[in-house]
Amino acid sequence: MPSDKLMSLSEAVARFVQDGDLVYVAGFTHMIPFAAGHEIIRQRRKNLVLARATPDLIYDQMVAAGCARKIIFSYMGNPGVGSLRIVRAALEAGALEWEEYSHFGMISRLQAGATGLPFMPMNPTAAGDLERFNPNHRTVTDPYSGKPVVVVPALKPDVAIVHVQRADNQGNSQIWGIIGEQKEAAFASNRVIVTAEEIVDEAIIRSDPNRTLIPGFIVDAVCHVPYCSHPSYTQGYYDRDNAFYLEWDQISQTAQGVQAYLEEWVYGVPDRAAYWEKLGEEVHARLKVGSRPSTVVDYGQY
Amino acid sequence: MSLEYKASELMTINAARLLRDGDVVFVGVGLPNLACNLARRTHAPNLVMIYEAGVIGAQPSRLPLSIGDPTLVSGSLSVCSMYDIFAFYLQRGNVDVGFLGGAQIDRFGNINATVIGDYHHPKVRLPGSGGSMEIAAWASRCYVITPHQKRRFPERVDFRTSAGFLGGRAEREAAGLRGAGPQAVVTDLGILEPDENGELILTALHPGVSVEQARANTGWDLKVAASLRETERITAMELSILREELDPQGIYL
Repeated sequence: MPSDKLMSLSEAVARFVQDGDLVYVAGFTHMIPFAAGHEIIRQRRKNLVLARATPDLIYDQMVAAGCARKIIFSYMGNPGVGSLRIVRAALEAGALEWEEYSHFGMISRLQAGATGLPFMPMNPTAAGDLERFNPNHRTVTDPYSGKPVVVVPALKPDVAIVHVQRADNQGNSQIWGIIGEQKEAAFASNRVIVTAEEIVDEAIIRSDPNRTLIPGFIVDAVCHVPYCSHPSYTQGYYDRDNAFYLEWDQISQTAQGVQAYLEEWVYGVPDRAAYWEKLGEEVHARLKVGSRPSTVVDYGQY
Repeated sequence: MSLEYKASELMTINAARLLRDGDVVFVGVGLPNLACNLARRTHAPNLVMIYEAGVIGAQPSRLPLSIGDPTLVSGSLSVCSMYDIFAFYLQRGNVDVGFLGGAQIDRFGNINATVIGDYHHPKVRLPGSGGSMEIAAWASRCYVITPHQKRRFPERVDFRTSAGFLGGRAEREAAGLRGAGPQAVVTDLGILEPDENGELILTALHPGVSVEQARANTGWDLKVAASLRETERITAMELSILREELDPQGIYL
């Protein structure tokens, strides 16, 4: 079946990411679609509300590039390294609005959005301060036991961007490894952009239906973007570039360093293919992973 | 002859000894990860390591450098979504042990990982809760590994990111939290544990450390347990597993 969903990432961003949108770029450490963040920067989107449990370097870069007016998060650090310098400095300077949850609060908001519920209840943790400072946390009475439960409202992004190992040209998407919040982000959002390491025949998807987390009929755009998640990683395809996460800690210490990085690696390249080529063979070799396949399961012929 | 070791090694080894065989542990990267892997290779071979990225029964074959390192996935028992790990595993009560960290821990074991200064006008903005608010409430036992410095041990935290004993043990009990709260804070000077009121008191000193040192590096009037003990000396085997197998490049140690 021909597909009008299959398009370049630049066309997908042009069509489906608008100034002012609430954007959820998915992936918990794993499969963060950095190429999409870079494309949004290149297309100079403005006033975005950026939601992610862990803003990670992708939002640090988008905030540095001036794409965001607000950030919604639950852990604002450079994972495994330390401080997320750009976002942190923006919060300390009062230059960026923010809204904050625990991981469970954040993912509960997405779960509500993805399942069509108005809010999601959580058992109270008694810590109190985060609930006090972010009034989106409310306490209601469990109508069955009479005990208090904390609720958070549904998060319904305008657009989700989700990277996957493989998708067909309709957007039926299979993921393995850490599955974080990709499925929830896709179902919660009004528009969905899928980037995929590989575009495969529908027959490949149908050979292993349990692995499909996102059905094509909720997907608006499918983009073939190998190496989309570098410096994050894609399980079984390439490793996390931990050296770059450390390097960003240095780069992001000065505004000049960040602007030079954006000039060279974002504005200075047309797309992800050029970016990957520019990284060079040494990086490619360093991020190569060995094989460890699963045992094939038999669904049976019925 | 006594062994030479670093403060990070001393803390990691003492934290590892707190884990019991068969514990289901919510592991963080850095020293908690090293402590869990050390326990698994010594007295707790049946430790089940859960990582907040959604990995259950991880057996990392290299040192994980982030909470979502791919080495945690390959060869694990199960991988689930972020909602599932917090709801099915943590909230449901399937986690025995959680490790917590932060910039400040107070007299009653409450932890600040969010902000120094005013929340809306932060002097120092820290990463925030991540998983810690729920770990502190719902894991059966919580442990903290931290260097023993006065600024890290204030009388009261600037922001209560996660609950220790709140204003005292009775207050935590009244809140109806599933978990028993912080059970030990392992520092480079010794170990603090909660007394009957939920106040952290000095229960152990590492060899060569004095009560005065511990008190001088604590921001409240640190009480000393009547049963104050000395931690057991660390062994050559523990050190060699840490240095040669778990963190040979010395990234965290």
